[in-house]
Amino acid sequence: MRALLATSLVALAAALPAVASEERPTPAELESELICPVCESTLDTSNAEIARRMKVKIRQRIAAGATKSEIKAEFVKDFGPGVLAVPPKEGFGLLAWLLPLAGISVAAIVVGLFAWRWSRGRAEEPGPPLDPELDRRLDTELARFE
Amino acid sequence: MTVARLRLGAQVAAVGIVAALLGLLVWKVARGTGNDVTGSLVEGGTPAAPAFSLERLDREGELELASLRGKAVVLNFWASWCGPCREETSLLEKGWKRWQEKGVVFVGVNVKDFRGDARSFMRRYGVSYPNVYDGKGSTVGRYGVTGYPETYFVDARGRVVYRIAGEVRDPDELDEGIERALAAA
Repeated sequence: MRALLATSLVALAAALPAVASEERPTPAELESELICPVCESTLDTSNAEIARRMKVKIRQRIAAGATKSEIKAEFVKDFGPGVLAVPPKEGFGLLAWLLPLAGISVAAIVVGLFAWRWSRGRAEEPGPPLDPELDRRLDTELARFE
Repeated sequence: MTVARLRLGAQVAAVGIVAALLGLLVWKVARGTGNDVTGSLVEGGTPAAPAFSLERLDREGELELASLRGKAVVLNFWASWCGPCREETSLLEKGWKRWQEKGVVFVGVNVKDFRGDARSFMRRYGVSYPNVYDGKGSTVGRYGVTGYPETYFVDARGRVVYRIAGEVRDPDELDEGIERALAAA
């Protein structure tokens, strides 16, 4: 019960900043999550005139009480999904999230299969026969410990 | 499944991936040189003007480039945040007033901009020719726009015959582009 309570508290503590960020985003957050459509770098690293205007717009919308999702949606409406630094986790953008995971999973399966086959092959392979003289000496040596 | 089969499968997959990446590279290189309007113009061609249907800024509705077939069209790519665009606007407006009765249509394509900023710009500089909004810049790559502003001259058959990269400074150059578009029809 205590463990469950502790886990819930940790999960809640982890979720609170995300909720706060969604409800009350900072200009710095949004400037690092939106791309300047002319120079194609994030707004926080761009000095282009359009980037400057976008930064002003972000501050105006935050002051007006817009949430992070609302502000991002407004920018997507004007500049298209390419304005987002991170692709959305839906529609075509979901592919960008799933493909690397799928690639890593396939690679892990292939490596696992190879490792399994290799270790099985090694276990089944009989070693080279011992030299009879060496075998005799080994028996003699071992007999001394018995 | 034997190790040999697994190995063969992995090799086939690896070769397939490399071939696909190579194909992508070749496609990208081929597309980047000459397949856009600017590339074709540089090579001496008169490429077809890529079609578009975009939201109008000067009034409600959309403007389809195909609807202007049969007329010479001056297609000016601009943005409100671009300094040289401000400089050339009065020259374009005067050009529009001189040429519109001769069946020439000027169309501004506002790219990578805020709608509100674009409309403010048009009001401030008294732009009266049709203007469309392309915030996403979907036309930029297909035309091969290299910077802002950039102006393309399209003949009555929908072929691009001339281009001015950068600000239009000289009314004679504007007239030359229009005359080429009219002559090609």
